[in-house]
Amino acid sequence: MGRTTGIIIAAAAAIVILAGVLLFMLKGGSESEVSELDKEMTDMPLPSADGSAPAAGAGKLAGKSLVVVSWGGAYTTSQIEAYHKPFEAQTGAKINSVDYNGGIAEIKAQVEAKNVTWDVVDMELADAQRACDEGLLEKIDAGTLPAAPDGTPALQDFIPNGITQCAVTTIVFSHIVAYDSSKFQTQPTKLADFFDVKNFPGKRGLRKTSPKINLELALRADGVAGDQVYQTLSTKEGVARAFKKLDTIKNDVIWWEPGSQPPQLLADGQVTMTTAYNGRIFDAQVKEGKPFAIIWDGQLQELDVLSIVKGTKNLDAATQFVAFATDTQRLADQAQWIAYGPARKSSLPLVSTYHGKPDVDMKVHMPNAPENSANAIQIDFLWWADHQEELNQRWAAWLAK
Amino acid sequence: MGTAIATQESLAEQFKRSGKRARRGTFLLVLPLLAFLTLTFLLPIGNMLSRSIGDPTVAEVLPRTAAALRAWNGKGRPPFSAYSALADDLVRAEREGRIGKVATRMNFERAGMRSLIMKTARVASTFEPPYAQAFNAVDLQWSDPEVWGTLRHASATNTMGYYVSALDQTRTADGKWVPKPEEDQVYIMLFERTLWVAGLVTLLCFVLGYPLAYYIARQDDRTRNLLLILVLLPFWTSLLVRTTAWIALLQTNGIVNDGIALFGGDGARLELVHNMTGTLIAMTHILLPFMILPTYSVMLSVPPALTRAAISLGATPWTAFWRVYFPMTLPGAAAGGLLVFILALGYYITPALVGGRTGQLISNMIQFHMQTSLNWGLAAALGGILLAGVVVLYVIYARVIGLNRLRLG
Amino acid sequence: MAEKNESKFGWSRIEGGLTKAYAIGVMVFLIAPLLIIVPLSFNAEPYFTFTSKMLSLDPSGFSLRWYSDIVDNPQWLEAIGNSLVIAIASTFLATVLGTLAAIGLARSNMPFRDFFMALLISPLVVPIVIAAAGMYFFYSSIGLAQTHLGIIMAHTALGVPFVVITMTATLSSFDRNLIRAAGSLGADPITAFFRVTLPLVAPGMISGALFAFAASFDEVVTVLFLGGPEQRTIPRQMWSGIREQISPTILAVATLLIIFSSLLLLAVEMLRRWHTPPGAPIKR
Repeated sequence: MGRTTGIIIAAAAAIVILAGVLLFMLKGGSESEVSELDKEMTDMPLPSADGSAPAAGAGKLAGKSLVVVSWGGAYTTSQIEAYHKPFEAQTGAKINSVDYNGGIAEIKAQVEAKNVTWDVVDMELADAQRACDEGLLEKIDAGTLPAAPDGTPALQDFIPNGITQCAVTTIVFSHIVAYDSSKFQTQPTKLADFFDVKNFPGKRGLRKTSPKINLELALRADGVAGDQVYQTLSTKEGVARAFKKLDTIKNDVIWWEPGSQPPQLLADGQVTMTTAYNGRIFDAQVKEGKPFAIIWDGQLQELDVLSIVKGTKNLDAATQFVAFATDTQRLADQAQWIAYGPARKSSLPLVSTYHGKPDVDMKVHMPNAPENSANAIQIDFLWWADHQEELNQRWAAWLAK
Repeated sequence: MGTAIATQESLAEQFKRSGKRARRGTFLLVLPLLAFLTLTFLLPIGNMLSRSIGDPTVAEVLPRTAAALRAWNGKGRPPFSAYSALADDLVRAEREGRIGKVATRMNFERAGMRSLIMKTARVASTFEPPYAQAFNAVDLQWSDPEVWGTLRHASATNTMGYYVSALDQTRTADGKWVPKPEEDQVYIMLFERTLWVAGLVTLLCFVLGYPLAYYIARQDDRTRNLLLILVLLPFWTSLLVRTTAWIALLQTNGIVNDGIALFGGDGARLELVHNMTGTLIAMTHILLPFMILPTYSVMLSVPPALTRAAISLGATPWTAFWRVYFPMTLPGAAAGGLLVFILALGYYITPALVGGRTGQLISNMIQFHMQTSLNWGLAAALGGILLAGVVVLYVIYARVIGLNRLRLG
Repeated sequence: MAEKNESKFGWSRIEGGLTKAYAIGVMVFLIAPLLIIVPLSFNAEPYFTFTSKMLSLDPSGFSLRWYSDIVDNPQWLEAIGNSLVIAIASTFLATVLGTLAAIGLARSNMPFRDFFMALLISPLVVPIVIAAAGMYFFYSSIGLAQTHLGIIMAHTALGVPFVVITMTATLSSFDRNLIRAAGSLGADPITAFFRVTLPLVAPGMISGALFAFAASFDEVVTVLFLGGPEQRTIPRQMWSGIREQISPTILAVATLLIIFSSLLLLAVEMLRRWHTPPGAPIKR
């Protein structure tokens, strides 16, 4: 038996050593890859600041691949059509599209583990600000962004707050309440109706991932004026008031996470009213002909941005991508695919009709169209950057009870 | 004679030595796996748990404040040196882009600290002595010794803070534990809920599983094997498949509700999934085979002659079952039940998918702190408490029931 | 046979009937959810319930569209590939390491046998979230997060208890005198191992391996924590499918997985017959 044992142990040792070697090679391999990339990066010209398309040169990024993370569904489709495909065609890079549900957790985890696999992330501005404060995002130099076709520099061409330290805004979107018009005899018209399960029966859908939106909506439905929302939320009583309002429908809520879910919940009849991103509801209305309607009253407008994850191995390609995706034409193109407002003033006149449906004028579906934004407020991204953390904990405790 | 003794001795020694060598050989067989598991499993868990008692963030980013506060006993007002040290540290941290990190960390200790620190750090470079007044001018919270007490606790590299938090407590400046405000309390409730769910699922598994095992054990060989395969089929089927099946069956537009609507029913749809009901049903279904199999295997070893003997001695069948058969099969049910209970304590996937808001267990909260709130220290503390419970039960299982009773199908 | 003897008591017949009815009820609870998925996966409509067309067995109510969805979707195909690679690799590692350890644990001279046994089986009972969280930090720090290798290591650790349990059970009923007999008949230890030990324990080893395979094939939590976009597996796809947009494609995948696990189960059952000596009761 002794010899057998010896052989078995030798075999086991061989496997362990093999695994060790494999491990070592793997680590070493990725490191050498990085240094190679570094070298290449220094050779590469920075994207130029003139012209609508960055002069990256065709095929310059051939063989490179970028991981671009976004919210999935109709929204990601609009980005693939408007940004990814032309970028791939022009530079030869390959873009891997990954879906997530927002928040900064995954980015933080990757950065802290020094194992960054996401290159560019589509984020809500408040999250981008928070991530920037924590040093999780690369700084973006506004000077590298292309100017408008008429020569207006990017800084003036973007809407207010459109360019921050770490983020370039692509679109203005809106959190709205949508409902299935076939389910109600009297149609709901105002935000407060969302909390009125007696007169407007049925389940409600709310976004689970964050107290943001939910607290504001609750306060506005409770009668707080638009310009008082964040002042109110800054007090203990204000937060309690928002949660108390949410308590009134807590047992009638079905919680959603990805943006593709609210139209699905409406279509399945699981809810009769839900909060949603306006573009997703537009998509269901126009593309699938669903009898959904939007309550624009009390809508919450927010900016959605592109950011680059700190420590990405593809910094140069990522920077080129962000500059390319946020140029005037690209942002206008995106509006052919989804009802979100472009973040550049110069893109607005180029917005026309829905892709493949010349009778659908996109302008009236934009959250910032005058008839839609009468009672709208902007989400205060700085306020949320400071308060998200503590309200997240309260939110989790509230949800679990 | 001398040589004879020497030979004898060396023989005994040889024997001992060869025994030792054999033991070493045996151990070497186990060693590769032990090393592998230590590296890939045990060490990582230990490493994670160590996060629950140590977090150097504050001490690293605010070193001068940490030093100044160490000299303070937490009673009364903090020393003036702490104010100037903090002003200095905040300015430097802001410049180095590390302020968000420390602000988030502080917020784990006390809700509201993040906004307080961020707000203060943005203007700290304009501070001039007297610093205490400068701080209070930004926010009156800085005049609260509790705020400084929190800073003092957090700047210690070794901290019980996360465990305090995990028990829904918070610490005053001088280190006393007091309950958190009611709206922030949640972990004790979740631990209780997890225990309650695990207990109820175990009970349900027993109520469903014991009679089935009893029935199967009494069939002839062929039927018995067929039935066992039917019990094993769900056991082998992917957990996600089984969970999907329950969602399909139980959702409001699902088959069960359609069936109820078909056979009368007032049109109201029952909510059977995405709540606690869903968690209980799906968990019972998934864990049931763990109860049936050990119970059944013990039942097989009970000779049927025993009950018959009891009956022929005048016992009613019920008494024979209850006084003779049941006590003999109880060890099997206990083995199954304890295993079900242990496994149920750590359940994550099923509650996450069918639990909705009210069917979430402690594991789901650990995942939340791991992946969403990124409060890794708290996740580790909650995990440590859960793991301690599981390990105690596991040791009981190993001691009382014996690991060789763990059979898979 | 017990039944026959007791049947003269009327009570016992009623009791027998009740037990039978109850047992059938529990069996239905166990099996029905799985069986119902199968026809639902052929639904022509994107619903999770039987349409009236299906109930009236109208052929137009049925379709294979959800199955062609799988084949047409590169993400699903990639997931199947990933799952197979990871499961096969981790099964191999777990079987080799687990078998060696089990041979050691089955010997009477193993020091601290119970302690080591408990340690080696612990991945079975440690709450998976805790294990995955620990692995996440540790594997990240050595560059194994978001690699196939990392997930293979994790799945090996989780699969090892199955091999150890099955193998120690097999070996405990293995008569070591057989090896001695082989030795006395002139076989050297290596020959004895390959000609006597291995054939006798092979069935146990294979069923342990199948358990480890099934465990890896079904594992999602470590993939959620450790995996990146390149490591999507079948359970990972199902997970996001269930959470995000529950489409009948998942039912089609589930049906395929049910067939797959039935085959695994049958394989294990056949092995059990094979290695149980004739006449001996089938122990479980």
